[in-house]
Amino acid sequence: MFRRSALALGSALYVVLASGAGFAQTGKVTVVTSFSKDVTDPIKKAFEKAVPGATLEVQNRNTNAGVKFIEETKGNNQVDLFWASAPDAFEVLKGKKLLSPYKPKATGIAEKVGSYPVNDKDGFYSGFAASGYGIMWNERYVKANKLPTPKEWQDLAQAPYFDHVSISAPSRSGTTHLTIETILQGEGWDKGWRTTKDIAGNLRTVTDRSFGVPEAVNSGQVGYGIVIDFFAFSSQGAGFPVKFVYPSVTTLVPANVGVVANAPNKAGAEAFIEFLLSPVGQEVLLEPTIRRLPVRPETYAKAPADYPNPFKDKNLQGLLTFNAELSEGRTAAVDTLFDQLITFQLEPLKAVTKVLHEVDAALKKKDNAQARALAKEARDLIAAMPITAAQAASPEIKAAFTGGKEKSSRQAELEQQWAAFAKEKYTAAKAKADEALKLAR
Amino acid sequence: MSSIRSPGQIALALAIALFLGVFLIVPVATVVYVAFTEKGGGGLTLVNFLDFGRTDLFVRSFWNSVYVSAMTVVWASVLALPLAYLTTRFEFRGAMLVQTLGFLPLIMPPFVGAVAMQLLFGRNGSVNLLLDEWFDFKIGFMEGLNGVIFLQAIHYFPFILVNLSAALRNIDRSMEEAAQNLGSHGLRLFRRIALPLALPGYIAGASLVFVKVFDDVATPLLLNVKEMLAPQAYLRITSIGIDDPMGYVISVVLMLVAVATMWATALVMKGKDYATTQRGGGGLARRQLRPREQALAYAVVIFILALVLAPHVGLVLLSFATVWSYSPLPDGYTLAHYTRVLGDSSVYIKNTLLYAGLAATIDVVIGGAIAYLVLRTRLAGRQWLDWAASTALAVPGVVLGIGYLRAFYGVNLPDGAPLATLWIVIVLAIAIRRLPYALRAAYAALQQISVSLEEAAENLGATKARTVRRVVIPLMTGGLLAGFVTSFATAAVELSAVLILVQSNSDAPLAYGLYVLMQTPAGRGAGAALGVIAVLIVAVCMWLSQLAVDRSQRARGLDI
Repeated sequence: MFRRSALALGSALYVVLASGAGFAQTGKVTVVTSFSKDVTDPIKKAFEKAVPGATLEVQNRNTNAGVKFIEETKGNNQVDLFWASAPDAFEVLKGKKLLSPYKPKATGIAEKVGSYPVNDKDGFYSGFAASGYGIMWNERYVKANKLPTPKEWQDLAQAPYFDHVSISAPSRSGTTHLTIETILQGEGWDKGWRTTKDIAGNLRTVTDRSFGVPEAVNSGQVGYGIVIDFFAFSSQGAGFPVKFVYPSVTTLVPANVGVVANAPNKAGAEAFIEFLLSPVGQEVLLEPTIRRLPVRPETYAKAPADYPNPFKDKNLQGLLTFNAELSEGRTAAVDTLFDQLITFQLEPLKAVTKVLHEVDAALKKKDNAQARALAKEARDLIAAMPITAAQAASPEIKAAFTGGKEKSSRQAELEQQWAAFAKEKYTAAKAKADEALKLAR
Repeated sequence: MSSIRSPGQIALALAIALFLGVFLIVPVATVVYVAFTEKGGGGLTLVNFLDFGRTDLFVRSFWNSVYVSAMTVVWASVLALPLAYLTTRFEFRGAMLVQTLGFLPLIMPPFVGAVAMQLLFGRNGSVNLLLDEWFDFKIGFMEGLNGVIFLQAIHYFPFILVNLSAALRNIDRSMEEAAQNLGSHGLRLFRRIALPLALPGYIAGASLVFVKVFDDVATPLLLNVKEMLAPQAYLRITSIGIDDPMGYVISVVLMLVAVATMWATALVMKGKDYATTQRGGGGLARRQLRPREQALAYAVVIFILALVLAPHVGLVLLSFATVWSYSPLPDGYTLAHYTRVLGDSSVYIKNTLLYAGLAATIDVVIGGAIAYLVLRTRLAGRQWLDWAASTALAVPGVVLGIGYLRAFYGVNLPDGAPLATLWIVIVLAIAIRRLPYALRAAYAALQQISVSLEEAAENLGATKARTVRRVVIPLMTGGLLAGFVTSFATAAVELSAVLILVQSNSDAPLAYGLYVLMQTPAGRGAGAALGVIAVLIVAVCMWLSQLAVDRSQRARGLDI
């Protein structure tokens, strides 16, 4: 306790010294955030202690509602900061000129965490913590159903996991979007979608909220969830019987903070950013209810023993350099493809996946070349994509989503085409798989 | 009859039209006009509606929604009829308690209610874990469209219960006595006399259930059923990047369905007269049940209540649970969640009571006035007031919230703060969203009152205003109160529009506090505790108003 308050005092001095005179009139700082009370309360407390005279007014909205709110109220803006995880939400705000650039003065912040740059290259938002994606599972569920423990993404595509996995839709969760994009960039467009659909065939649900996944795993409604790490860590902190693993291919994604354009209290907003990046601000992230990965490498010295350290741990170094530009250019296409090929076609996709698992089991007992060939054909049909990587990033497709002049068709038309494509392929695949099963038995 | 267009009536109609215009039509129009434009181009077009018809997903979703809504009306009726009938028609100890408890399912706090239901009825909920252990099978209570019907019927049957009970209470007992004198009794008496006379109440409740289920987002999404119309609209409107007109097109379709439903029910009721003149007796005669009948009646009531209150039992368990995961019951029990929320929640409770109370009052006043104008005057276009108010049922909460920001955020108060930051804006948004409930209740109540009573009053020299005050309003009390209670209770847990409009924690109602808690694993128990508190508050208010209804019946000379 004493140590903490001594630290806080030190940091107050640090902050005041670091950013000079701008601090006299901090006053009320209004922040729109998607972070939960568990995260904002300790940070608010520490901030108000570190910067005397400042009060943090927290408006809790989910990321989408927050973006909408700032957009709708821009004419008469009352908000100083936007504070959330998903970098793409910041990209949207930046694109609409709703953020104002600020370059933090704090030193000793890492340039990159994993393979992802911490700060926006144009200086409109700054990363203050990192989180990585992985697999969490409910131990009681796994034990009761005699299921295996996963290590890699590909494990989730195996037969035992059928109907036990949950994910949030990438169109609804910025972080899931980045996970899918990581797979696509790591394995290439066609192979990446094949992997994604293989896993998707085992899905129990595609939720519409990021938190829906840990919620379902915690209460034991599904066995495994593809989640961002702090959901699992804070669930463990709350006492739920859950475990978590980072697969060897994961992305670390920074959680960000940015000053809203025309902020009524710009100085206060900047003070808050400096606080978040200060040693004491970074240390608050280690609290059990928060559990984010600091972007200040030295802070890890104060972390508990088993705390993941992206600057040291081998598996968190990141195998691939994330291409943010490529990702951004095809965001809408990737999200819509996922929805139309997977979310809204989950039943036919699961039906054929189930049969294919049975074929595999039968083939293991007694091989049959013809059945194996048919099963492969079925898998190829499932993996087929209505558009190529080049098309996904083409101006025609982009314009269909933005309403630009180059569009060749409207978004609704594209969606219908892709859905019809998927339905046809899955139906054909089911026929092949059924035939294979007959032969293999 | 009252066919004169008095200046007072015209002024009233204009005032209501202005209110609906400013707080419903304009804000919604600022958002949904997108449905009539092509993305990127400014011109008006209907091409988006063609796209709607050409997209399999939307068509499939539309029919799914129709099926679910219709089946929910059926099952909700099955649940509501015995409760309403037994508690109003018979000498039934605990009738008031049954009425109060039967209303609670409507008050399911957002998010946490869903978790509680999953823990009880989910694939690995208590019921299925026990079934699996004892009999080796599971029941998909919460699977697919039938799961949605199951939960919606439990959730919304109180609409039918409340309106039907109010209607049954309003039936003149002399009607029954006359039928009895002519030799009718038992089920036939109920089928031929009580039920037809109570039809306005039943229709009011059933149409609300239909439209509400059609437009509900929360329950389908909790079950991960996305292929219904309202979830499709919600997902599209609230996803970043997928900002296309189709979400708003679906919203327009939802509103059209709501209006069409109200129009169709008006058509069904057209040309039928449900009014009865004599009010002295007030309510059906209550019959004594024979012992065997009584046992059966209690068994039925207890079974239904156990079913519909199961989610609340789950909620209470959750609020005391330490950890509850993949087990029939929690691992242990604690008071920690209540101590955690008690400090925060007093401001939430105060705000909730204030907002829901004000909103429900606005609803009853405006709903009663619209019902009066539609049923008792000949003003041109009076039906439009009804239809306009009814579309509020179908406006997605997010659309209304965004509309309010667009319409009112640019307007500054004298001190420079935007109008939309005032808490009263939250009240207005809630009032608009809950107006249809009070309106339907008032409408049904007025349909049961014979015009001849008012004519008599006017013949005796009373002015129109005095007639309304001394005759119409007292006779409508039961119905208006039913409307108030429904609006109040559901307003207390309203979230979707609130989430967009809340500007600071000190102005936030309970539902917002709950939402904030429910986004974290550690907040689950605390959220449940807050949910229990919300339900308790509403239940107490409910019980008090039931008490008031009973008192007023007693005062009208009904021996209970």
